[in-house]
Amino acid sequence: MSNIEDAISRQETTLVTRLLTSQAFLVLLAVLVASVALHFATNGVFSSDRNLFNITRNATFVGIIALGMTFVIITGGIDLSVGSVLMLSSMVCAKVMNAGYGIEYGIAAALSAALLVGFVNGVMIAYLRFPPFVVTLAMMSIARSLGMVTSQNTTISKFGPDHDSLLWIGGGSLIQGVPNPVLIALTLCAICAFVLSLTRFGRYVMAIGGSERAAEATGVPVRQIKVGVYMISSLSAGICGVVEVAWLGAVTTNLGAGMELQVIAVAVIGGANLAGGSGTAIGAIIGAMLIEIIRNSLGLLGINAYWQGTFIGSAILFAVLFDRIANLRRDG
Amino acid sequence: MPALELTHVAKHFGAIQAVSDVSFTLEAGEVIGLMGDNGAGKSTLVKMIAGNFLPTHGKIAIDGREVVMHRPVEARRHGVEIVHQDLALCNNLTAAANVFLGREMRKGFGPFSVLDYAGMYKRSAEVFAELKSETRPRDLIKMMSGGQRQAVAIARTMLSDAKIVLMDEPTAAISVRQVAEVLNLIRALRDKGITVVLISHRMPDVFGVADRVIVMRRGHKVADKKTADSSPEEVTALITGALEKAD
Repeated sequence: MSNIEDAISRQETTLVTRLLTSQAFLVLLAVLVASVALHFATNGVFSSDRNLFNITRNATFVGIIALGMTFVIITGGIDLSVGSVLMLSSMVCAKVMNAGYGIEYGIAAALSAALLVGFVNGVMIAYLRFPPFVVTLAMMSIARSLGMVTSQNTTISKFGPDHDSLLWIGGGSLIQGVPNPVLIALTLCAICAFVLSLTRFGRYVMAIGGSERAAEATGVPVRQIKVGVYMISSLSAGICGVVEVAWLGAVTTNLGAGMELQVIAVAVIGGANLAGGSGTAIGAIIGAMLIEIIRNSLGLLGINAYWQGTFIGSAILFAVLFDRIANLRRDG
Repeated sequence: MPALELTHVAKHFGAIQAVSDVSFTLEAGEVIGLMGDNGAGKSTLVKMIAGNFLPTHGKIAIDGREVVMHRPVEARRHGVEIVHQDLALCNNLTAAANVFLGREMRKGFGPFSVLDYAGMYKRSAEVFAELKSETRPRDLIKMMSGGQRQAVAIARTMLSDAKIVLMDEPTAAISVRQVAEVLNLIRALRDKGITVVLISHRMPDVFGVADRVIVMRRGHKVADKKTADSSPEEVTALITGALEKAD
């Protein structure tokens, strides 16, 4: 028996080397180093309560969707429709509440709309075997158009009887000092981390990304799981839509435009591999933090905003570089 | 009672006779080498045993009972497992995760049940120990040698209490040292009373581990004899057709 216990405990890698090859951990280090450097470079403006509050809250919007996107990317797919789903669901929420219904109806309608879009995406990808890129590209167009139809391209800023409760979700703090959006993002991160590492669903998501053929051969319900991940991705965009309308206090039809690419960037920086098979929930949140710190610090340091894209693009390339180096070491 | 019995089995695809009138019996714990050139009918034969194809004629019996298998799942239910040449493993997962893929152990109740990592590590370590393999449950597949990967694929069949394991060219793409490892895995299966059908092109492997060799040529069985009574030269001649039939 001792032999078996020995074999179980033995591993080719130690905890330290695993941490050092974990992309999420390296990005976290980058976040910490950048934060300390920025604290001194900006004479403490960066680390003022006000600024940290802004950074964390802004990071959560992209981070929430990146959590859902991570599931899709782990299976080797992609979801380009999330920016439009965000807008559609916030528009549905606004419209329903504007018509005089309570907040619970507004949120339920918004999330149902998001889940429906994800379901349609998933069915076309898993059962009709359409390429994810094309399906979600089409859905990106359709969902935004439906949002415009819903609102007739007007801005909605009055949310009926539960107006104040909605704004509290975006602007209030259930726990003193922690903005509600941050609380929501952290809760979702914990749920996603749990699902990915401790449930059978999460195991199957990883398996599909590793080898779809192997997953199928061993009886994993590949198609159902795939529909599931696209619904999760859409749902995360729907949740973000509600939180964002609650924060902004108004919805316009260009909300979330171009956000899908930011979200994918964040997921990739956080360690999700577009080829499938790897990614973590915590990585998605840490990736969102890094992007937001870059954006925020450029402003604080007085660097022309036009440079933002260059810095964020470089961060993406660095992330991929780290991934390559870690893999080379493994293969070698 | 034979573990597997084929009686006058044939498979036609339209006018093409892929397998014609093949009969043989395999006993429990017997290792059989199935040989033949490309297109000789080995794959079709194996696919009928594995439930991919229904025979056009003839009967297949497992443990003395006749079976009709329309799909691989049904063959699996009858205790027939196949180890594919590409092994069908997920590189990004651990050995234990692959062994249990599709039938994970869980603990807890209903919606609150979570993966039982400790249980799966323990059980797969036991199976690797039975196979006398060095494979460690927590290692990722992508860091493993070809021989260790075979061990993972075979451990999967043992977990399901397979009675008959079909192995498709298990030694085709691995190093010489690992071949010895794979042959040991096959012996470990045999010692547990499992019948192994080894499809191979490699003469030394078949003569090293198989009790009997069946040679196919153009859809016909042209030899079925103990490896001790045959020789690689004779089998080569049978495969190429230089020798019409074994005596």
